[in-house]
Amino acid sequence: MATGRNISVSEASRPKLPRHTRLKFDETRQVWVILAPERVLAPDEIAVEVLHLCDGVRSVAEMVDQLAAKYAAPRDAIATDVVAMLQDLADKGFLTEAREKTS
Amino acid sequence: MSPTLTDASPVVADPKIDHKDSLAALEGTRSTADTFGIPLAVLAEVTHRCPLQCPYCSNPVELDRAGSELTTEEWKKVLTELAEIGVLQIHFSGGEPTARKDLVELVQQATDVGLYSNLITSAVLLTREKLAALADAGLCHVQISFQGNEPVVADRVAGFKGHAKKLEVARWTRELELPLTVNAVMHRQNLHQLPDIIQMAVDLDADRLEVANVQYYGWALKNRAALMPTLEQIEETSRIVEEAQVRLKGILAIDYVVPDYYALRPKKCMGGWGRQFFNISPAGKILPCHAAESITGLEFESVRSNHSIAWIWQNSEAFNRYRGTGWMPEPCRSCEFKEVDFGGCRCQAFALTGDAANTDPACTLSPHHERIFKVAAEEAAGNHNRFIYRNFAGGTLEPSDDGA
Repeated sequence: MATGRNISVSEASRPKLPRHTRLKFDETRQVWVILAPERVLAPDEIAVEVLHLCDGVRSVAEMVDQLAAKYAAPRDAIATDVVAMLQDLADKGFLTEAREKTS
Repeated sequence: MSPTLTDASPVVADPKIDHKDSLAALEGTRSTADTFGIPLAVLAEVTHRCPLQCPYCSNPVELDRAGSELTTEEWKKVLTELAEIGVLQIHFSGGEPTARKDLVELVQQATDVGLYSNLITSAVLLTREKLAALADAGLCHVQISFQGNEPVVADRVAGFKGHAKKLEVARWTRELELPLTVNAVMHRQNLHQLPDIIQMAVDLDADRLEVANVQYYGWALKNRAALMPTLEQIEETSRIVEEAQVRLKGILAIDYVVPDYYALRPKKCMGGWGRQFFNISPAGKILPCHAAESITGLEFESVRSNHSIAWIWQNSEAFNRYRGTGWMPEPCRSCEFKEVDFGGCRCQAFALTGDAANTDPACTLSPHHERIFKVAAEEAAGNHNRFIYRNFAGGTLEPSDDGA
């Protein structure tokens, strides 16, 4: 399988949007949307913030640190929520993982 | 911070027409039938030319000739305008869209103006280089039509030896890391292959499979006697699809479109006329659905007119004629489902009753339902298997086994 669907998200994951999934601000409707085959989805504000951090470089652990600092919130709670959210996205096929260089 | 994703509207699970599709629509904020936002997705039928001759083709029987097609510059201007007015996704379809030599340029333009692009193709004209060029131009998703799971049935239905090439292109699609949807249009003469088609989609590493029963207008209506499945076949099909949807969860998403002849209620065709979808014909006409030109007496405006696309969508007579519920006669007018299915399909109502404003005869409340269902059931049980192939000459009857 070329792009590894349905990844399992952990704090070590470095997720990113697959190439067929685009996060875009819809100027006409003034909302963020995820564009995917045959679908347009409207992520909520927090999902948008987390998705912007999903660059295939940052680990989930780093995202959690960043969000915990920004919102002065308990790290454990943030971690649980972020992993659950990203897993939900991954299960729907809107998130993949940066692949390890194996050469 | 729990619900992270809401489908922008309920993702529309409307019946899909042939390999063309309906699309999820961002319409959650819209509450009345009086306001119509610009559709999220538009179908661009860039040409009617196609090497295949499928007898259920969703193109109109009167095909647009090559000479009337919009030019490269005209299509690029259309794509720019679509993006400006809020369209998010563009489906390049046909005919066979890759029959146009400028498709890479059109996909690049879609990418440059921010449109998410989808290619709906028979695949038989593609080379690996061409597909790679399309991917480099920003193509986001590929849908390949299959007429069966093996060449004997598939090539006969298509009227073209293309099955092997389709398999090859599907593999290239995945090698180029493009997501793949397999489109399978089902009818009496290939429904027995459905389990193998599902397995084929899995083996091809497709993300999605669309199993769409033929919808009967235009070419398919000409071929109804050769295509109509029996009720038993449809029930078996539904069982197979439901079993596969459970078994393949997380591996292959399967969308299923039932044939409305055997339904009790009509489909919410196109999500309702002029509510969330339009397509653009090869010659540039803006249509409420790709079969709309089959309804005589409606004038469709073109992108070549002095009007903007947004104006045509909002104000043109053809779009407003069957919008909402105000136009409905009985039994639709007093029906509690009128905002659910909007009276079904206008093209089917026109094709089967002669008046597009009539209730779609797929509905049991239509006075025509019994008669049409009976004819269809007789055709399904009959022995007429020869196709009329789709072509620019108005159709060609398949040779019989004895060469007649």
